[in-house]
Amino acid sequence: MESIIEQFINGLRSGSIYALIALGYTMVYGIAKMINFAHGDIIMVGAYVLYVSITDLKMPVIPAVLFTIIVCAILGIVIEKVAYKPLRKAPPLAVLITAIGVSYLLQSVALLIFTANPITFKSIINLDTIKIGGITIPGITIVTLVVTSVCMIALTLFINKTKAGSAMRAVSEDKAAAQLMGINVNRTISLTFAIGSALAAVAGIMFICQFQSIKPTLGALPGIKAFVAAVLGGIGSVPGAMLGGILLGVIESLSKAYLSTELSDAIVFGVLVIVLLVKPSGLLGKNRIEKV
Amino acid sequence: MKKVFKKVVSLGLLGTLTVASLAGCGTKNTGSTGSDGSDASGTGDGTFLIGGLGPLTGQAASYGISVKQGAEVAIQEINDAGGVKVGDQTLKLKLEFEDDEADADTVTAAYNTLMDKGIQALLGTVTSGAGLALADQTYADGILQITPSGSAKELTKNPNAFRLCFTDPLQGETMADYVINTLGLKKVAIVYNNADDYSTGVADAFESKIKELGGEVVAKEAFVTDAVDFNTQLTTIKGTDAQIIFAPVYYQDAAYITTQASELGMTLPFVGSDGWDGVLDKVVDKKVLEGAVFLSPFFAADPDTAVQAFVTKYKEKYNTSPDQFAADGYDTVYVIKAALEKAGKTDSADLIEAMTHIEVKGLTGTVTFDTNGEPNKGAKFIEIKNGEYTAKTVQ
Repeated sequence: MESIIEQFINGLRSGSIYALIALGYTMVYGIAKMINFAHGDIIMVGAYVLYVSITDLKMPVIPAVLFTIIVCAILGIVIEKVAYKPLRKAPPLAVLITAIGVSYLLQSVALLIFTANPITFKSIINLDTIKIGGITIPGITIVTLVVTSVCMIALTLFINKTKAGSAMRAVSEDKAAAQLMGINVNRTISLTFAIGSALAAVAGIMFICQFQSIKPTLGALPGIKAFVAAVLGGIGSVPGAMLGGILLGVIESLSKAYLSTELSDAIVFGVLVIVLLVKPSGLLGKNRIEKV
Repeated sequence: MKKVFKKVVSLGLLGTLTVASLAGCGTKNTGSTGSDGSDASGTGDGTFLIGGLGPLTGQAASYGISVKQGAEVAIQEINDAGGVKVGDQTLKLKLEFEDDEADADTVTAAYNTLMDKGIQALLGTVTSGAGLALADQTYADGILQITPSGSAKELTKNPNAFRLCFTDPLQGETMADYVINTLGLKKVAIVYNNADDYSTGVADAFESKIKELGGEVVAKEAFVTDAVDFNTQLTTIKGTDAQIIFAPVYYQDAAYITTQASELGMTLPFVGSDGWDGVLDKVVDKKVLEGAVFLSPFFAADPDTAVQAFVTKYKEKYNTSPDQFAADGYDTVYVIKAALEKAGKTDSADLIEAMTHIEVKGLTGTVTFDTNGEPNKGAKFIEIKNGEYTAKTVQ
């Protein structure tokens, strides 16, 4: 019994990180109607920025974390301005390929600067393991769960309660109409990329505090899993990304534990296939009727 | 202004790409020439020519370079001491090393180049994949072939081929024996990479030997290459009554596994395979490795005088510490020397015949060869104590 609860908590932990990353995919898709495949690599950039600011620049923890988030947010804006904005009227395939190109560019730059050797990094979060009854929960898991919940609540409030949030919803519904209502579409898109990348930076920080090792390809796998989570939950839907991420993490963990470690990925992707067959727009996605 | 900016950015990107592609090409071809560049054909002029095959470029380059450098140290040592007495003449040894890129296609061309140069024995290949592609060709040529580090079983299927290093199954069996007979533990858990031949090979042999010796494998948990999260597997193991965890994995995975086990509050001891060598540099907190025991054919901090002499010479020459591959390369040269002395002739047929009658005290242990081409040698156990590798004697 304790084991099931522990496995469930493991799943929640990785799921909440997936959810955090999936939010970036889903927000960008909602607004710019593109899959930003470079999103996973922002996690990696975040990890390296934190490493450099703590190890080389000797910054204290809190400024280093803020610095990392700001650098990633700015990077998100720059990528959008340089790589995606010129292609706003281009066919979706061109944008998709550009996004993959940006992803490779980020990885290759990291490879040139830091080489392929994994760098060991001492976690900045030092919370002792907690024992409740027979259940052990590592400190990092608790911090991850708290931080991701706070991020998700803050994001939900931001989108639903603020002016900028309303602007984002408006642009995602109808870009042209939003512009006519006096919303600065370019600024709103930039803001979306900034928020998505900042969340990816938080995910990156959580990720390396958990695994204490950084390499140029570290963002690839969580990036793909998070993308799957976003599709599972319904791409374009913010609550969908959260639900999709957490579901994915829990299914993955429980199938690894109780069905088969070898087949866990097959099971996860099998669930995705079934969900998409039954509900092509994802769990919480809206059914769009395309007018021809 | 905007146009200018775009141009600058695209030029910048172009520049980066060019540099990257040039950097890719730059590593090619280095070191594919022989050890001292001369073109002696080896036969009849007082030298015995050894051909070396291994990756000097590409992903596995570090293995090939280490073997080559280790072999060169041995050759210099032997030549400085006067050479090898073969029958009534004394021969100097010489190494021609070709880059096979650890690739099944490249290796054939590299081998043909060596044969054209007139090699009389083959030290290689360093990696299993390339060696498997070459096995039948060397057999047809009848040349003595010794792989310093290729662990695939099939590499020694032909009578002309021998192996210096442990096979994967042998490692698993040795560790199983250690767990059951030395430590006296019966219930074991295994964590292994099921996308990797080495890891699965060791794990399977370990599992069957454990069962044979009356033990029980209470959990066998798999992961795939590049996995970083082992919490699920470890939590499963935690829920069993395992007394010890066996992890036949490479050092980076070992670092993740031991760190996460400690975070989960697990105190079970770990045992590992030779892939663990180097794990201490990959963990943040060395305490998570305390007490772990793994196998390694070579241990640079071994107080043994021969090992220390080798480490000193190697460091002087290459400015870096030798690893197990360097020691494998070194020992292989001494095996060839012993075979030459025993046979008293330089023909491959005589050398192959002599191989099963020699005993060589090498850096990786005292070794003899059986008729299947497999080595018999003792294992070196290494224990991590107080954040350092220490040699462990096991009866």
